[in-house]
Amino acid sequence: MEMHYPVFTEDMKKTHTILIPNMAPVQFRILAAAMEHKGYKVELLGNCGSQVSELGLKYVHNDTCYPALLVIGQFLDALQSGKYDLDHTALIITQTGGGCRASNYIFLLRKALEKAGYGNIPVLSLNFSGLEKGNSLPMDLTFIRMALAAIYYGDLLVTLKAQTAPYEIHPGDAAALQEKWLDTICGWGHEGKGFSQQEMKATMPKIAAEFAAIPVHRVPKVKVGVVGEIYVKYSPLGNNDLENFLATQDCEVNLPGLMGFVQYCAYNPSETARLYGGSFLEKHISDLILGYIAQMEKVIIHALKDNGYHAPLPFSELTELTEGLISKGDKMGEGWLLTAEMAELIRSGYENIICAQPFGCLPNHICGKGMINKLRELYPQANITPIDYDPSATRVNQENRIKLMLAVARERLAEKAEAQESKTRAGEQEPVLV
Amino acid sequence: MKVGLDVGSTTIKCVVLDNTDNIIYSTYERHFSHILEKTEELLRRVAEQYIPGGRADLAISGSAGMGMAESVGVPFVQEVFATRVAAGKLTPGTDVIIELGGEDAKILFLTNGTEVRMNGSCAGGTGAFIDQMATLLKMTADEMDAAAQRAEKTYTIASRCGVFAKSDVQPLINQGAKAEDIAASIYQAVVNQTIAGLAQGRPIRGNVLYLGGPLTFSRCLRSSFDKTLGVKGTCPENSLLFVALGAAFYSDREFDLKEVADRLQEHGASETYRSQPPLFESQEEYETFKARHAKAAVPRVPFGSDYAAPVHIGIDSGSTTVKMTVIDQDARILFTDYRPNLGNPVPLIREVLQQLYDEHPALHVASVTTTGYGEDLAKNAFHADYGVVETVAHFTAARHFLPNVDFIIDIGGQDMKCFKIEDGAISNIFLNEACSSGCGSFLQTFAQALGYDVKEFAKLGLFADRPVDLGSRCTVFMNSSVKQAQKDGATVENISAGLSISVVKNAIYKVIRAASPEELGRNIVVQGGTFYNEAVLRAFEKEMGVEVIRPDIAGLMGAYGAALYGRGKAASGQTSTLLDREALAAFHQETRSEVCGRCGNNCQLTINTFADGDTFISGNRCDRPVTGKADTGERNLYAYKRKLILGYKPVPGKRGKIGIPLCLNMWELLPFWHTFFTKLGFAVYHSPLSSRDLYLKGQGTIPSDTACFPAKLAHGHIQFLSKLGLDAIFYPCMTYNIDEGLGQNHYNCPVVAYYPEVIAGNCPEIKDIKFIYDYVGLHRPKDFTKKIHDILRRFFPDITKNEVKEAADASYAEYAHHMSLIRKEGERIIEQARAEGRRIIVLAGRPYHVDPEVNHGIDTLITRSGAAVVTEDSISNRVDKFPTTVLNQWTYHSRLYAAAKYCCSQPDMDLVQLVSFGCGVDAITSDETREILQAGGKLYTQLKIDEITNLGAVRIRLRSLFAALDEQDEKREEA
Repeated sequence: MEMHYPVFTEDMKKTHTILIPNMAPVQFRILAAAMEHKGYKVELLGNCGSQVSELGLKYVHNDTCYPALLVIGQFLDALQSGKYDLDHTALIITQTGGGCRASNYIFLLRKALEKAGYGNIPVLSLNFSGLEKGNSLPMDLTFIRMALAAIYYGDLLVTLKAQTAPYEIHPGDAAALQEKWLDTICGWGHEGKGFSQQEMKATMPKIAAEFAAIPVHRVPKVKVGVVGEIYVKYSPLGNNDLENFLATQDCEVNLPGLMGFVQYCAYNPSETARLYGGSFLEKHISDLILGYIAQMEKVIIHALKDNGYHAPLPFSELTELTEGLISKGDKMGEGWLLTAEMAELIRSGYENIICAQPFGCLPNHICGKGMINKLRELYPQANITPIDYDPSATRVNQENRIKLMLAVARERLAEKAEAQESKTRAGEQEPVLV
Repeated sequence: MKVGLDVGSTTIKCVVLDNTDNIIYSTYERHFSHILEKTEELLRRVAEQYIPGGRADLAISGSAGMGMAESVGVPFVQEVFATRVAAGKLTPGTDVIIELGGEDAKILFLTNGTEVRMNGSCAGGTGAFIDQMATLLKMTADEMDAAAQRAEKTYTIASRCGVFAKSDVQPLINQGAKAEDIAASIYQAVVNQTIAGLAQGRPIRGNVLYLGGPLTFSRCLRSSFDKTLGVKGTCPENSLLFVALGAAFYSDREFDLKEVADRLQEHGASETYRSQPPLFESQEEYETFKARHAKAAVPRVPFGSDYAAPVHIGIDSGSTTVKMTVIDQDARILFTDYRPNLGNPVPLIREVLQQLYDEHPALHVASVTTTGYGEDLAKNAFHADYGVVETVAHFTAARHFLPNVDFIIDIGGQDMKCFKIEDGAISNIFLNEACSSGCGSFLQTFAQALGYDVKEFAKLGLFADRPVDLGSRCTVFMNSSVKQAQKDGATVENISAGLSISVVKNAIYKVIRAASPEELGRNIVVQGGTFYNEAVLRAFEKEMGVEVIRPDIAGLMGAYGAALYGRGKAASGQTSTLLDREALAAFHQETRSEVCGRCGNNCQLTINTFADGDTFISGNRCDRPVTGKADTGERNLYAYKRKLILGYKPVPGKRGKIGIPLCLNMWELLPFWHTFFTKLGFAVYHSPLSSRDLYLKGQGTIPSDTACFPAKLAHGHIQFLSKLGLDAIFYPCMTYNIDEGLGQNHYNCPVVAYYPEVIAGNCPEIKDIKFIYDYVGLHRPKDFTKKIHDILRRFFPDITKNEVKEAADASYAEYAHHMSLIRKEGERIIEQARAEGRRIIVLAGRPYHVDPEVNHGIDTLITRSGAAVVTEDSISNRVDKFPTTVLNQWTYHSRLYAAAKYCCSQPDMDLVQLVSFGCGVDAITSDETREILQAGGKLYTQLKIDEITNLGAVRIRLRSLFAALDEQDEKREEA
């Protein structure tokens, strides 16, 4: 079966609006601004609701993973809304090129468009693997640099808000500040400034300092880490608004950054060459890219640490956490990164973890659910709950499971506080004993 | 004073404690989904009668209590947590708690590291499941418990999900297995489910506590747990109230209970669930609808006692009912009968036949045709003339009714069938897979759970103003959707309508997977008992946007079609072979079951012996118990592949013993690795063909229950190898497979690629043995030699580079030889089949689908029907790389596409795809394969397989395929 589909030509850049599915709301907003700077007309989709997954179910094989159903459903819902001029609309979708089903999303999307009568709408691939030549977003160096900066800005804003909001004295302060900076950074993006390393070096500490200035009352709270399949991990549409739910449960949430996934993707080619053989370039290409990212990484880590925030481990140290757990050869889906992120979260006090995945997610049978036992052996304090997402898994069931995890977490928090107290009391008595 | 409230999925529990924690009041009641009203009423009752002043500490727990507690500002305690609080206080010294509820199953490990496990969202082995099974057996839960205590044996029932188990139980009932034995098997399935799904390798030992409804009420369930776990668990006093007690102990905020009740009332007034438009806007609309369908009637003629003209009898022995139709030569109906089969259809059929003989002394039976699940049994028992596969029976009936019918959908009690008709032949068949039977029996169970008769329940939905939107997934999921809707205050009317709409959505989007009505056709006949339900009928029309025909005999179409089929086959003046009056009067049936034991399959046979000494055997995978002869396997490439693999025996070597699990990709790579390690001086042992027993021995360490069955079997293989006293077990991770040049890449799927990581992380057996699971790549032979040497040196320092080089060369050669043998034998089978005029079926799957425990003997099922079976990899090399509409990047799946492509060029070759449940990759490949085949004018047949051991549905599927192919051939010859 061969399929003929429309290609996104250079001319369309001027005439077509490209619709972007909303995976990571903050990071993607800045990425969209970067694309606009490159001369594309883009729109980040915000449509949600039951019709999104219904359209997905209608036009995509029902056993396909949930993210594919949602992303495709979201596109179809947008196309059906009447908001867009269908002769001048294009879609963009990411493609990782790995051994997981996700590399096939673009084909499923094209099949669905054909079936739904939108066969004339071009679909662009966003990938770094050289797939879909001639029909993917051109990856020149300036754009790649902008994209990386966009992701880091996004990660920073997400982290700062997550570590501030639960403790703020005036509810809404952190959210407002995040919004303010998002507007500012997107504004810069349009003008093509603010994305160089020097500029990031100047801006990031400033942003962090502003967050640090928000009046807070820091009391011990349950700290929850969220890992998982990338779409359901970040997308509120995919995870039933998990972040907000956890916020209502009085938790501090740590969503490891999107850049980790980028670094993971950059790391794998060289690991592959090391494991199975490859050229000199293949063996060293990863170091090159990772070296570049590492400079930006230093900036964000410093900005966070210097302002009293918890910062993620540098990627080079994160890779070491797989030791005794999983090989870095597991590179499908989120692969070894997911396991490493769980280890990092536990080690840095986020012992309560939600491992989110679409129902039946193949890679997560291995690197998610398959590794929990080993993680518990290594870190007995780990309190991990895997949560499955799919069109009919109800929120009540998911939240019930999460609440169980939280109940255990709260109990431990209380125990810790008690231990702390008795320690302090013991400390007071010490002089008497001496 | 303290009050604890536990609002579960089916019941509500409440305790009132005095200031010294003594229980002064407790209650356990079903709430019939009137959650808010019931809670409110209960709070008022408690406040008035037991709590002076009406103020007490209050906390709410339970799966349905969560949203409610929040909405009225009362503290919520997660129920597992509450159980723990209660156990800590009431039963100190407890090590493990097993609690089964209406829809939840939980295990709490209290000592040596507290841990709590709850069932995943796809696990149904719980109270609701037991209720569903009891309904199926026409028993109450108590009766089922009593019956199970009289059991003599247990059958294997899939322990994964309620729907699967149901498809195991139904055929057992139909085959006449004893209800007592089935009941005991159901409890055992629940036990297996709980242990497999929740314990995940952690041993259950010490003081075990049983809590929750099912474990409190069923002695047999408790003893099944005791027996399986090897413990003596206790079911404590107040075992139903632990969650409520925990909530009470936990409560520390005082409330005015009446105030809380008031707030609940307010909350009830503001419904918030997701709804869809009503089925009927007005009474008039309903009347018009009714009048339109009343027109679709079959002519009836009187059937007097002196009736002597030839008649044709159709018997449809379905999954839950027995239907019979008697017609005259003009296809007019003389007589119909429709009754639940109560587990054994044979006595019922006999009763009706007897009645026919008695009431019509001059009866001239020209033909008797049987169809449905019990087709063979009924045909053998009563000496019927013909048997016809149920799909063909239904088509025959629909065609008679609407000659230009192009689409038929039949929703019965247990199964759903849809077929597309093109050029007068069945061109495509959709049967519900085990995971989506949103059918009649589900509606029935639900009606009963809510305290209604099914007819009454369905009627309620007709004029519901805001039907609940329940989505379109399997019934287990629907349970929790309903729970959520109840919590949000949906009325029973709106739930009823919502359920009817869901059944329809399941059929359209899950089974048929249609995007638009046009795609299915415009001349649609709907049938099956479920369509008597006007809400379902209306929902179907609305969802499809088309008016359909529902014959007035919608529930009898199978029997009517069978009678028509007999009428068409019978020569004029023929007299049926049916048992005559005397033989029928003397008829009796004896049923016993035994293990076949003639080969390693150890099939569970059900043997029916009839009065005339005839026997009918079911449950067999081959003809050996019937004919006494073993299957030679000469037309079966699957059998040949098994023979090749099992031919690799250990050769004693200087370096010791190494083990290889015969699972997943090892089914293809064993020749490679066996040669490799043999050359290196190891005696290479591999685990045997999988078996049920092997699976069960490994199931405790499976961390992800939703992984595919072939992967889960790996645990059993490792467990087996660990007992052999080996020096090492070798099971490498392989991101890439061998590149056969058929696709754009040559990956393994994530599960095949990395399952050894799961083994390393979860199987305690490998702790004391060298488990070599490094990452290797056979796709780069030169690098492989270098890399594998580095790996092996870590474990066996004396292995030299040269040895490895030689071994690798020999292994690549052996692998190539192995593949060439398969292709050669495939060639031979194809040629022989052509010489003998047989159909050739490409049974396409993965190498590991050759394992008989994985394919459940489907290969022999096909050869028994006369066709030859070849594999996808025996013909995939016969086509060149070609473009696909999906990313063609997995080696095994590239073969599948290539095989499909090749089939299109061979008139006598058809493809049947085996798909393991949970195989995410096949969600993509199956659509592509279908498209390739359809573009080449071929039928596409998919068989979904899992732990399920019964082949009833598979047989229907295959017979329908053969019937459709025969019809196509006939058409071609006519043309």
